[in-house]
Amino acid sequence: MKLSPTLTSYLQVGPMMLVLLLFFGVPLLVVIAFSFFDFDGINTVPAFVWDNYAELFASKVTLSLYLKTIYYALVVWAITLVIGFTVSYFLVFHVRSVIWQMALFLLCTVPFWTSNIIRMISWIPFLGRNGIFNQALLGAGIISEPLEFLLFSDFAVIVAYVHLFTLFMIVPIFNSMARIDRSIIEAAWDGGSSGWRIVSDIIVPLSKTGIALGSIFVITLVMGDFFVVKVMSGSHSASVAMAMSNQIAMVQYPPAAASAVILLIIVTLMVAAILRLVDVRKELAR
Amino acid sequence: MAGAAPHRKEFGRRGLSFYLLAAFFALFVAFLYGPMSAIYTLSFQGPTGGLTFPMRGASLHWFVALFEQQRTGDFAGAFGRSLMLAGLVLTLTVTLSVLAGLAFRRRFPGSTFVFYLAIASLIMPGILVGLGVGLTFQLFGVRTAWYTSALGAQLTWTMPFGLLIMFAVLSRFNRAFEEAGRDLGASSMQIFWMIVLPILLPGIIGVALFGFTLSYDEFPRTLLTAGAQNTLPMEIWGMTTNVTSPALYALGTVTTLVSFSAIAVSLGSIAFIQRRRARRSATAESAADETTKQDSN
Repeated sequence: MKLSPTLTSYLQVGPMMLVLLLFFGVPLLVVIAFSFFDFDGINTVPAFVWDNYAELFASKVTLSLYLKTIYYALVVWAITLVIGFTVSYFLVFHVRSVIWQMALFLLCTVPFWTSNIIRMISWIPFLGRNGIFNQALLGAGIISEPLEFLLFSDFAVIVAYVHLFTLFMIVPIFNSMARIDRSIIEAAWDGGSSGWRIVSDIIVPLSKTGIALGSIFVITLVMGDFFVVKVMSGSHSASVAMAMSNQIAMVQYPPAAASAVILLIIVTLMVAAILRLVDVRKELAR
Repeated sequence: MAGAAPHRKEFGRRGLSFYLLAAFFALFVAFLYGPMSAIYTLSFQGPTGGLTFPMRGASLHWFVALFEQQRTGDFAGAFGRSLMLAGLVLTLTVTLSVLAGLAFRRRFPGSTFVFYLAIASLIMPGILVGLGVGLTFQLFGVRTAWYTSALGAQLTWTMPFGLLIMFAVLSRFNRAFEEAGRDLGASSMQIFWMIVLPILLPGIIGVALFGFTLSYDEFPRTLLTAGAQNTLPMEIWGMTTNVTSPALYALGTVTTLVSFSAIAVSLGSIAFIQRRRARRSATAESAADETTKQDSN
């Protein structure tokens, strides 16, 4: 018996499809359904009411939470983009031996496979009032009082985000850059174009799929984070997802669900904006 | 590099820009590993040592304390569950994403939908997946557990990663090998097991590494779906809020050693396969040379 190619494809993709529908598709619909359930502060009753959304939009905290979260996302995006681009550029165009290139690339990616929480808390002995950084600065006589803003502050939150998420920028940009045809660059170079012009007119446009993918990863990771902001700001700051996780901890599921739906809409709009600028699929699935 | 501009060397030459970029890269690596190495060092604090330097002696005190400590719950149990869960996720991720990757070698109706579903699942904030799966189980009256709900929630993140790796691996796959097998009369099953799978093996090991480590360290998707029994990242999370001793760092060192072993095993086996392959093709080439020589004689 010979199966038709389409049927074979369906049989091959079916199991993954089933898991995605059961554990991603259905739960998404359930969250949307819960966001319309009636909630009186204690009990959740299946219903179709807009109260959870009305309360969300009426609350003064909502807007400031979103502004704070978007602020984190944009700052971290800008920093990781600069680091990710520079590191990839160095690895692809300045490291000549393939062995060295792979070794240094792996050096950048190994932390990706270790625990995020451990990597985050590793900043605590570093940035604290009596931490390594302050002791070094005091010892060198650069400061006379320990710096207080290092830990449990926006600074600490951003440092931790950059530490955790730069990998997500490096890997896709590295992949895009590695595919650039060297002869284009050599032609421009021989034609007398400057190094900066080569970067801005050839390398940036040709690595834009990697930049777009990395940006999508970093922005969605920051927008959805709740534990880095909680620990690293010492609960002095908050993000949308952290407020949501607090509601979940207090079993306030319908308001949390409404908040989740709004967060999801905003994240989707941001991703859609990036995808409008760059067609990622063409690059990925070719 | 001829003629046109003889005073210019090739692009990417070792000039000032190389050293500036190399310095930047070195700083980045220090930024990446510096804090981590600090906590690994601090986990060997003496019994009177605190959460920061200076070191007050060196000991394994806090590693012992880790296994004795019952305050935060069941460390050994959580460790075992995390390893088993990571094993399950690895097996399912490898099987399902390799199959799905093969499906994408042909265009089929709905392929775009499946692709975007996987991407959406990949970039969905983890806490939302956890909330959704948790609420779904509650709605249908099923109890959440690490081997059901948490397993499913983690797969929505590891499988799309696996699929993307399969795309990358398959885009370099030369179909001539399959056709050669078919011409020699191999069945579809034989072609898959004897040709496709061995060629894809290094990529598949990569998928396995992702499946194992992402599951083993996964926190946001597991938090609301693990049910009554904790996994290791949740134990660590519990400790960050109520343990203020180097035992926390000891746990960090132990769990990182597990991740490093997984990385070493995968990369080591990929390197082994590549080297064996290079050796075999070298032998095959010299054998072929021999044959040609004999033929010409």
